[in-house]
Amino acid sequence: MKRQELRASLPSLLWLIVFVALPTLMIFGIAFKPANSQGGIAPGWSLAAVKSLADPHVPLILWRTAWISLATTALCLVLALPVAWTIARASRAWKSWLLLLVVVPFWTNFLIRIFAWKQILHAEGLLARTLKQLHLIAPDATLLYQPLTVVVVSVYSFLPFAILPLYAAAEKFDFSLLEAARDLGASRLRALYQIFLPGIRQGLITAAIVVFIPMLGSFVIPDLIGGTDSEMIGNKIAQRNFSDRNLPQAAALSAALTLIVLIPLVLKRRAETSPAPPTIR
Amino acid sequence: MSFLRFENIRKSFGSFRAVDDVSLAIGKGRVFSLLGPSGSGKTTLLRMVAGFEQPDHGRIFLDGEDITDLPPERRKVNTVFQHYALFPHLSVRENIGFGLKMAGHGKAQIRTEVERMLQVVDLATHADKRISQISGGQKQRVALARALVNRPQVLLLDEPLAALDLKLRQHLLAELHKIHDEVGITFLYVTHDQSEALSISDEIAVMNHGRVQQIGSPQEIYEKPENSFVAAFIGDTNFLSGTVTATAADHATVQLDDTHVITITADVPLKAGSEVHLSLRPEKIRLCPVDEPPPAAHQHFSAIVEEIYYHGAFTRCRLSSGARRWLVDLPHQHASTLMPALAKGSAVRLHWHAADAFLLHSYHADDESIEDQLDELPHTTAP
Repeated sequence: MKRQELRASLPSLLWLIVFVALPTLMIFGIAFKPANSQGGIAPGWSLAAVKSLADPHVPLILWRTAWISLATTALCLVLALPVAWTIARASRAWKSWLLLLVVVPFWTNFLIRIFAWKQILHAEGLLARTLKQLHLIAPDATLLYQPLTVVVVSVYSFLPFAILPLYAAAEKFDFSLLEAARDLGASRLRALYQIFLPGIRQGLITAAIVVFIPMLGSFVIPDLIGGTDSEMIGNKIAQRNFSDRNLPQAAALSAALTLIVLIPLVLKRRAETSPAPPTIR
Repeated sequence: MSFLRFENIRKSFGSFRAVDDVSLAIGKGRVFSLLGPSGSGKTTLLRMVAGFEQPDHGRIFLDGEDITDLPPERRKVNTVFQHYALFPHLSVRENIGFGLKMAGHGKAQIRTEVERMLQVVDLATHADKRISQISGGQKQRVALARALVNRPQVLLLDEPLAALDLKLRQHLLAELHKIHDEVGITFLYVTHDQSEALSISDEIAVMNHGRVQQIGSPQEIYEKPENSFVAAFIGDTNFLSGTVTATAADHATVQLDDTHVITITADVPLKAGSEVHLSLRPEKIRLCPVDEPPPAAHQHFSAIVEEIYYHGAFTRCRLSSGARRWLVDLPHQHASTLMPALAKGSAVRLHWHAADAFLLHSYHADDESIEDQLDELPHTTAP
């Protein structure tokens, strides 16, 4: 049996080693190499790239990356929860239509959707002009090129990814448990966070990870929508790679990001193996 | 003195009339059952007491207080759900303590109360298990404990044993009975199982099509069904329909058909020429060899044995006399003394005491084939 299992998982195992494990190790390795002037790697070993992480800029960008990612994740969860609830409670005929509506944005190219936001938020765009005419924002205010803009557009982009796992979990949730909770004296709100949220715990964790981890590496949205003060670590890596042509420094930043990504994964693992198994029946 | 009272309750779901003008009064400390087929409105009534459904019309009073508009969490009633609805992410102990926690009791008090309840339902050794780790019967007991620990004024039981197999059902029914005697809480018990209702209840309301068909003690419901639905739904029965040909002080002569004329006792005055319908329970009929005279005051006909079904404690026979069919249940002893004569195709004499055929107040021909009708209804089954 053991041998059969090994044989069956060998192709995927090879794939993971060749295309995930080895490149990741290479990135960690390159971080400890000196750069050469052609944008490649010089022979020997050097701590220069790792030391460049001490640049006061780096912690600032890391911090910004973290909070933009966290804010996006939190907003996505808050917005996705009622949607997932509604779809899970809808009749069968409605369900498929509502799910289709959630997925429909994927039919349009990601970049086009981001550029559409640029039109919407542009200083001369409909939204900005309307807000200015209503005196809701200052005449010289800009909606684009701010960290908050990055959060808004990121929430828009990642929302379906949060809705789908939450819906999958809510679909399996036994809503009569909420009646039982009310029956036992829990208010509507209390039943929600004491019974519903723990009941869809797996979905919440999956949704959070599915949004948070790609957000950490996000660079297209801050590049197109954000300004200089909304640069994220993904932009920095791209810049080290393409403009500065300093591969070791890019690798050092990537390695730092990988370590940050591993932390929530380890936490998820720990949550799964905790004495409270989150299996929902 | 009524403790829980329904006043002219009506409720429709779309065009389906689930509850149609129901008024009930339930005494304190009683076990009151709502018995009926699925779709009869019994569960809807229970859910209205819990606060999960609002009546379209009518009020519900608990201990003199109008609770019709209170949200579920503000009602001093607790429910044992058909599929238990236990919280899967909590342990047995945490499930039982949930209501006390919501009520804001201290940790120490919750612990003692839960501990006491674990003893009552005999689950002390399973207290720290997860719900997925315990059996169906244990889940049922957790559900009961989780409701009872809050000392509700009324315990609502929604088909609490329906998801269990027969043996366990009988065992837990006895346990429920015992627990009721211990805690003395009013039980409102919803079931479609007549034997469950008969054995646990102080009083039963038989329901059909959203209406109460009859209210009474188990004995009254079984022995003196008011209409053909109750007679057919509670146990099995022989329906006898005919025309009154002669009347006397306390009895009447009824012509069932050309060959069957019987005497009945009547507690209401009957007019000659009027149509009457009677229910005769299969266990009230006895058999004897054709050449033996039946006891005095017994109605009797000779009949042919069509089918014999051995049930252990009793033997069920289907007989025919002319075009008329009879269902007869014989106790084991009686069946074995008859034995050589009791064979498929043999002729026997069936007889019953005139007082055992019970006059129905109302009759619908449909009720004679009630099994077929119930079979067509959507069944609620365990997942």
